[in-house]
Amino acid sequence: MTPAISVAGLTRRYRGQLALDDVTFDIEGASITGLLGRNGAGKTTLLRIIAAQEFASAGRVRVLGASPVQSDAIAGRVVLIREDQTFPELRVCQVLRVASLFYPNWSAELAEALLADFDLPPNRRVRKLSRGMRSAVGMVIGLAARAEVTLFDEPYAGLDPVARQIFYDRLLADYAVHPRTVLISTHLIDEIAGLLERMVVIDRGAIVLDAAADDLRGSVTSVRGPALAVQEFAAGRHTCGRRQLASQESVVVIGALAALDLARARALRLSLEPLSLQQVVIHAAGRPETDVRDRTSA
Amino acid sequence: MLDESAPIFSQVAEQLADQIADGGLAEGERVPSSNELAAYYRINPATAAKGINVLTDEGVLEKRRGIGMFVAAGARQRLLDERRKRFTERYIEPMVAEAGRLGIDAEALVELVRAYGHTQGGVTV
Repeated sequence: MTPAISVAGLTRRYRGQLALDDVTFDIEGASITGLLGRNGAGKTTLLRIIAAQEFASAGRVRVLGASPVQSDAIAGRVVLIREDQTFPELRVCQVLRVASLFYPNWSAELAEALLADFDLPPNRRVRKLSRGMRSAVGMVIGLAARAEVTLFDEPYAGLDPVARQIFYDRLLADYAVHPRTVLISTHLIDEIAGLLERMVVIDRGAIVLDAAADDLRGSVTSVRGPALAVQEFAAGRHTCGRRQLASQESVVVIGALAALDLARARALRLSLEPLSLQQVVIHAAGRPETDVRDRTSA
Repeated sequence: MLDESAPIFSQVAEQLADQIADGGLAEGERVPSSNELAAYYRINPATAAKGINVLTDEGVLEKRRGIGMFVAAGARQRLLDERRKRFTERYIEPMVAEAGRLGIDAEALVELVRAYGHTQGGVTV
């Protein structure tokens, strides 16, 4: 099967600055993938290139089997909703009508239901909407377009947690009936973690983690207890984030723990706490302390 | 409902298995579809489907073509047998270990369990 999105060796330079550095990944058919990383990591650049709003400096990009910049075939089959999306000077209902002409899979029924869900006034001019309401208009378009490739770039500006929950629920409900390739960049990882099948973390333009979300759960554990016992348990394991307070020590152990490890931790009277996916991403993109130390000493 | 301690698919499988073992889902009853589970737990439908597959592979659930997934005959007894096998490892081991640390001897431990069982009006030891 042709992957929905295929990126190989993608590099993007701005005046000598590397925004994307040899990025390679494929996303097969229907799935929901999180694109995660710090501000300035390159997430927006990557999404804009996939949506043909920006050019690559080098590398190969295929969206639904075609080069996004050369092909009219994928117009209307890809939607990108950005943070602080700008809209033409129109009323909400007119903006939606324009969008409906552009996306062949547009569902007027879904758009109407979402307008009600988000309490959006259809006759108000978009310019007069609050920031959060403008974000909601973007979400309505992003979902109602039912585009085969649906890209959201931190679509939440100004949205309260209740509205975000509505977005997650409606996305999940519509995705269940109309599966598509969804790629979402966000910082609110714990909120969305359950929806994600896969997580791609980029840092300084390069992919630092690309894994099935469920494989990461339970794979990073905070281990706390008497310093000697913690050191005995951690010996020979991949660890980071060591902290010590008096005779107590805590350390983050990377790699899933087997039943035998759990029994051993119990015997050593250690307390184990699995880290959330958000913490896992922080460890992946957060430039581990050893890394920082290496650079300062160099 | 779900936590970070294990993959979501295995937690979904475990919670369905618990419902079957407790009788909340009877043998022959239809279990929720992957989309229903996805909406309930707010998780990806593929993850929910993986959880259902675990129980199908174990013979706890069976597929009836075109209708859905159902609790297989004998599933409840099998799940209860399995739980009994894991009882020592899951409950006795940590209890005895903690009792050892606190200096509670075997006699006293049995007495505590017996006294607790009485207050619950359930298990009599």
